[in-house]
Amino acid sequence: MKLIFALFTGLVFGAGIALSGMMNPAKVFNFFDVAGTWDPSLAFVMGGAVIITFIGYRLVWRRDAPFFDGRFQIPTPNVIDARLIGGSAIFGIGWGIAGFCPGAAIPAVGTGRWEVALFLVAVTAGFYVRRLIAAILSTAKTA
Amino acid sequence: METLFTPFASFGGGLLIGIGAVLLMLGLGRILGATGIMSGLVFAENRDEFAWRAAMVVGMILAPSLIFLVTGTMPELSVPVSPAMIVIGGVIVGFGASLGSGCTSGHGVCGLSRLSVRSMVAVPTFMLTAAITVYLIRHIFGA
Repeated sequence: MKLIFALFTGLVFGAGIALSGMMNPAKVFNFFDVAGTWDPSLAFVMGGAVIITFIGYRLVWRRDAPFFDGRFQIPTPNVIDARLIGGSAIFGIGWGIAGFCPGAAIPAVGTGRWEVALFLVAVTAGFYVRRLIAAILSTAKTA
Repeated sequence: METLFTPFASFGGGLLIGIGAVLLMLGLGRILGATGIMSGLVFAENRDEFAWRAAMVVGMILAPSLIFLVTGTMPELSVPVSPAMIVIGGVIVGFGASLGSGCTSGHGVCGLSRLSVRSMVAVPTFMLTAAITVYLIRHIFGA
């Protein structure tokens, strides 16, 4: 049941991504290209998503626990550090180069376009690079 | 390349994205972050952690086909950049999003909705660097 629920959740999220234009890099570039062929559509995506999630989360949190787990697992850190700012800044640069972000690219796999698969393989490589550097740094610290 | 301004489709898509995020909180008690889902698949801690993420990804990938069944057309996806840019951008996205603990869905939709201080720093940071990147590539280097 939990897995069917998760699949359905993915389907709803993915349909939203597909409908919204987020999975279209041409639209992503134009959203940021205020000085050129500007297309502000994607601001409406964030607006719609945040309105629903803001209200929905508060309704859901009136429950003691989610349906399929003993507790809500919500990130607790509230520290603004260099990792957060640097990581976010780097992420934005990549998004501006490729035009895809992970949440848009995963549903976009379903369109069968090879560019999407190539992007996700590269993202996975990026995960490994981050882990590798973290491992090297921690070894250097203990040495 | 111009793209059509689509406020209604984008807002509607945003609402669905929000419903997806709320459903995941209601069912599994988790934040819907694509970076976390992807890296949780690649570096899964156990079978259960792998299984729900895999089910969600399957649902997400089925979404464009659902859109096709309902509307008769696949979601629009045009990639105006070279494969090299997709790879470079993808690696940077994977590195940055995992370092900064989130991307457009995790920090953007879920983080802002739960008024996370970290996300309120992360989102303007990656929006700004994405916009600067697009400006540099399109208007300074003239690609």
